[in-house]
Amino acid sequence: MSQTTPSGDNSLLHDTVPLRKISWFERFVGPENYRILKGLIKTPASILGFILITLFILTAICAPLIIPPATPNEPYKMPRDGYSSTPKPMGSEWRSNQPGYVPGWYKLVTGNDEWVHILGTSQGQYDVFYGIIWGTRTAFKTGFIVVIATFLIGIIIGSVSAYYGGVVDMVIMRVVDVFMTLPYILAALILAAVLTPLIGRSTFPAIIAMVTFGWMGYSRIIRGDILSIKQRDYVMAARVIGVKDSRILFRHILPNAIFPTMVLATLAIGDVVLSFAALSFLGIGTPTGYADWGQILSFARNWITELGTYWYIVVWPGLTLVLFVMGWNLVGDALRDVLDPRMRGSH
Amino acid sequence: MTNYIIRRLLLVPLLLFGVTLMIFLMLQLLTPVERSALYVRDIPKNEHAIDGIIKKYDLDKPFYIQYWNWLVGKKDSTTGERSGGILRGQFGYSRSASEPVIQLIGERFPNTLDLTIWAVFPVISVGIWLGVQAAVHHNGWVDQAARIFAIVGTSFPTFVFGLLMLMIFYATLRWFPPGRVSDTFTIFVNSADFHRYTHLMTFDALLNGRFDLFLDALRHMILPILTLSYISWATFVRVTRSSMLETLRMEYVTTARAKGLHEKDVINKHARPNAMIPVVTLAGFQVVGLLGGVVITETVFNYPGIGSAAANAAAQLDVVTVLGLAIFTGFILIVANLVVDILYAVVDPRVRLS
Repeated sequence: MSQTTPSGDNSLLHDTVPLRKISWFERFVGPENYRILKGLIKTPASILGFILITLFILTAICAPLIIPPATPNEPYKMPRDGYSSTPKPMGSEWRSNQPGYVPGWYKLVTGNDEWVHILGTSQGQYDVFYGIIWGTRTAFKTGFIVVIATFLIGIIIGSVSAYYGGVVDMVIMRVVDVFMTLPYILAALILAAVLTPLIGRSTFPAIIAMVTFGWMGYSRIIRGDILSIKQRDYVMAARVIGVKDSRILFRHILPNAIFPTMVLATLAIGDVVLSFAALSFLGIGTPTGYADWGQILSFARNWITELGTYWYIVVWPGLTLVLFVMGWNLVGDALRDVLDPRMRGSH
Repeated sequence: MTNYIIRRLLLVPLLLFGVTLMIFLMLQLLTPVERSALYVRDIPKNEHAIDGIIKKYDLDKPFYIQYWNWLVGKKDSTTGERSGGILRGQFGYSRSASEPVIQLIGERFPNTLDLTIWAVFPVISVGIWLGVQAAVHHNGWVDQAARIFAIVGTSFPTFVFGLLMLMIFYATLRWFPPGRVSDTFTIFVNSADFHRYTHLMTFDALLNGRFDLFLDALRHMILPILTLSYISWATFVRVTRSSMLETLRMEYVTTARAKGLHEKDVINKHARPNAMIPVVTLAGFQVVGLLGGVVITETVFNYPGIGSAAANAAAQLDVVTVLGLAIFTGFILIVANLVVDILYAVVDPRVRLS
């Protein structure tokens, strides 16, 4: 049998394999990462997720236009209409501490020239609508801070662990085990309780606590990814031509390993916001009166027996939180499918 | 497998050291006066007396001396009596509950255990069954329902779900009351006729032969059980389903079918045992997760367990109590994780036979 020698002429290939046009964006992020991004907007569920997330981002950005703060210097302070503890029903009159002005959309939708408590007031006459709208900002603020901080810590610790290997790796992984022993919420709760007397009641004790106990997942994932990428040919090639180890790690391996973890971290905002709301529901997150979903819900704890009447102090903030988390979960579900190694190569 | 178990057992003291050190470091963030609650019931107002206590219990000494005292207790040089020492079960005195932390745990932990047992077992059995059904009838209605349930279930925050449950079934319909038992049973439960064998209300009711009390206690626990477990249901169904789907695609399953085995045997004897391997790991995570979930669930329902005790203490910034409960939970979880890992080795032939 005669062997066919490669001629260098691959014009025949054009006829057999239709070549896909590769956009600049695909070139920019690389084929594997492009596949991940494309997989995120494939199913109706994940598109619905993106729509929900976009709506929340818009709400957060436009919060001052939707409901202008009564005290412009402290916009996160929920305006109190009196001091009575009993919640007031939806649409009841807003007597004192009204929002700065009456925006156009409000007149258009309600046909009213005066602010009323659209979604009622909760215990202590905090306006529920105001809390939900400005609580969106609190949610994104804490979400971003915690995600960025945990991501950076996780990446650094994970790469150090995978890079040095051996004893360092073993010690770091045991430290990770220790940090993961206590359930996340309990661990964050105790650290926040310890920190509150030291740095005062604000969002920071809870944020620090959530960062302290939130980085382990990322370092585990990035460690695994680095260990597998370490085996690839191009890393071997770099090593053969004598590139320094640290340069190999930071210029060759990490940029290729970091992307899935980055997407994962972005989508963790939903979980982070949920945990933060849980902490402030337990009474440890924010100072009283701070616009925050968990806190509005915690007001309902004193009205359990009458929730049939005061349903609006649970349903509206609860629904907001559920939609927020669901938005991130829907996209996250699509991500889990594209990151599944068995799905690789399928478009 | 012996090798694996020995290596796993060696990890236990390491974890114990790590967790105690972590909690101790948090305690060091307190002032010496606050830390004296680890050893004495009432912190005196008098400055001299405070100084005396700080001296007596070495609260101003270097870190390692304090750590050692905290672990094994501080021996009084004149009377020879030991006070404190978490390894002796002395976690300090709770300001928020006005009793020793260990006593608080003794009262509250059986309730938490009662709740967790009822949350875990139905989830594991029914969740696995549902997941297998969803995989066997892939894309059928069970499968679709399970998927929707999994997405919606994981999106509902525990406390929102709990509040909605209270709103619907307690405040509006008045089907399931909160608390532990109805008023008619309270006197009996507190009388000498009621023998507390296990301190778990539902089990004691059965052991006392009072089925009516058992049902009543269960009725009071249904909402907390549902709230604590619905997220586990969602994850169990999802993981069992995908693991089972994957196993059913394996070649040995095709072989089993090709040689003419009954579909029931293929699923129950060939596919399911192997599909259970990731589910066992998940069960371990769930136990850890549940103990986190009890903090929120018990707080929503005002259920008298250690979770609500921790939340109350944290809200009142009673750090000694919170950390005492945390170290207790840590001990339990280290043991629970060990059991799960060993079970995992038993279930997975790749680990068992290596």
